[in-house]
Amino acid sequence: MESMLAILAGVLTASAIWLFLTADLVRYLLGLGLLSNAVNLALFAVGGLSYAAPPLIEAGAAAPPPGSANALPQALILTAIVISFGLLAYALALVARAYRVLGTVDADAFDADGNPVEKTD
Amino acid sequence: MLLVLPIALPLAAAVVCFLLRERPRARSGVAVGAASALVVAAAALLAHVAAHGPAAAQMGGWPAPFGITLVADLLSACMVLVAAVSTLGVVVYALGEVPEIEQRRGWAGLAFAMVAGVCGAFLTGDLFNLYVWFEVQLIAAFGLLSLRRTRAAAAGAVRYVTLNLLATVAMLAGVALLYGATGHLNMAMLRGAVAGSHEFWALAPAALLLFAFGAKAALFPAFLWLPASYHTPAVATSALFSALLTKAAVYVLFRLFTLIWPLDLYPGAQGLLLAVSGVTMVVGVLGAAAQMEVRRILSFHIVSQIGYMTLGLALYSPLAIAGGLFYMVHNIAAKTNLFLMGGVAKAMTGSEHLSRMGGVWRARPFAATLFLISALAMAGAPPLTGFWAKLALVVAAYDAGDFVAAGAVLGVGLLTLYSMTKIWNEGFWKPHPDPDWTPAPAPATMAGVGAAVAGLLIVMGLAAGPLLEVADAAARQLLDPDPYVAAVLGEDGAAAVRAAMAEAAGHAAGGGAEAPVEADPQGAPGAAPDTEDAP
Repeated sequence: MESMLAILAGVLTASAIWLFLTADLVRYLLGLGLLSNAVNLALFAVGGLSYAAPPLIEAGAAAPPPGSANALPQALILTAIVISFGLLAYALALVARAYRVLGTVDADAFDADGNPVEKTD
Repeated sequence: MLLVLPIALPLAAAVVCFLLRERPRARSGVAVGAASALVVAAAALLAHVAAHGPAAAQMGGWPAPFGITLVADLLSACMVLVAAVSTLGVVVYALGEVPEIEQRRGWAGLAFAMVAGVCGAFLTGDLFNLYVWFEVQLIAAFGLLSLRRTRAAAAGAVRYVTLNLLATVAMLAGVALLYGATGHLNMAMLRGAVAGSHEFWALAPAALLLFAFGAKAALFPAFLWLPASYHTPAVATSALFSALLTKAAVYVLFRLFTLIWPLDLYPGAQGLLLAVSGVTMVVGVLGAAAQMEVRRILSFHIVSQIGYMTLGLALYSPLAIAGGLFYMVHNIAAKTNLFLMGGVAKAMTGSEHLSRMGGVWRARPFAATLFLISALAMAGAPPLTGFWAKLALVVAAYDAGDFVAAGAVLGVGLLTLYSMTKIWNEGFWKPHPDPDWTPAPAPATMAGVGAAVAGLLIVMGLAAGPLLEVADAAARQLLDPDPYVAAVLGEDGAAAVRAAMAEAAGHAAGGGAEAPVEADPQGAPGAAPDTEDAP
């Protein structure tokens, strides 16, 4: 199971990097979503995949009984999902602003001051 | 309590400043008051750490290593103080410089949120918490870059966002892999868990984190985002970015590569960091030589100066690390003042392009002198701070037998001097191209802050001896983190970590790992090639 998740995370990451390397900002956003999901999957996999008891602490005990599932990776993934969601929402708004102001979503078509650049292939 | 204040205070200030967005006087009062309170809190923290050694506190009462630890050693406390002083200066400067429309959109709130993230990054002892604080900084920086609606601002923001999000995800991937392999997120526990191992599960997260924080610090080859974006927002924003963001990433590099992966146990990583630092120094200053706009020149210089700081880390001797740390503090002061006085010149001459500036020396010699002091400090003229910092690095390089590094320090210093004199000649000394020009009035707060920081630079330069002793003490705390680990984990935990490190030092290469090897080789193709300089 871990190897399947690992391969899946690898495929997602590779697709995301390929999307990043195209100069299209909308494709960049899609790549960002894929990459965030890839890392969340990796977090899920390294947390340990097993059939285990829910991590509930008995009354009076200080820790869950041994053999319980590890709850920490899920907390980490939740945090990462929320943060990525916020960043993706901002990036989407930024690409929309860039399109309105610069007239293009082609990241190679403008220079550092926002002026159009002639594309020479 | 002292550990929480530098984080809680800016966060509260951010909320209040957002609520008071539309009321200039209340907003300004809260901003300046909060920044001053932050300086006092930071100074109190530094005094406590200097007297009692590293201080740690567990958030929520959960014992280490299960809970999140906030820990301040000498380096963290110094960085928090420097960040607080920079914030105060920039906030006062911004009162006069940032256009009211941007202030109404929330400049002050975003700036304080960024400062909260930076202080959190300095004070946390937990790797995932570090990721969270870097995200706080990042989203606040994104906001600050988006306050303008111009073409340049949109282009700059796109360049900044695209690379920094990739670096962020790489950071998360590194933390995930390290957690999976060791089961720990607490940095002190990770020291004992990694313990000099050279196996893949220990090296892959190191590579990912080096790439992530190297990109955020603008090391070669992932540095071009900085000159493409830092010149687009308000000058106060550029100054705040240059003072805080890259230095937070450099701080993390210092922390990770002395605590978890000490560079003396990883000669390959040390060589890589040496090479990358040298190339960064040279490429940054050559890029600056080609620019004709004040803030673009200064942005390329930031890249070059980052190379100096990581060179101090890579040489890995007490003098080198002390030199790197002193360089960080010197650079924050000098670079911030260069941005601020450049902003004053821009306000006076109406332009940032060197061909359309001039005449500032004749019209306002005091303001021009303030720029000159910062420029000479940056270039390394004695008795200002840059000279002592560069001297420490050159001597450390000679002691280590690395003459290429020493030559790079000196050569890049010469080119830095060239750039500084270029800005001075073209922007301040020569007459203004328009013979009928009179200087537009710049608000007193702007020049006032510039004068205060320039004064600080002079005092720091004259007091370089005691300051270098503080840097040396901080460097020794970094190189022997036993008091840090003891503050976080208690005596038993510290003894366990010491045993693991001693075992690692005894082995020829690697070993001593107590955790099972659960290497999930996550296919991150961006990681390995980037850390080996392959373009």
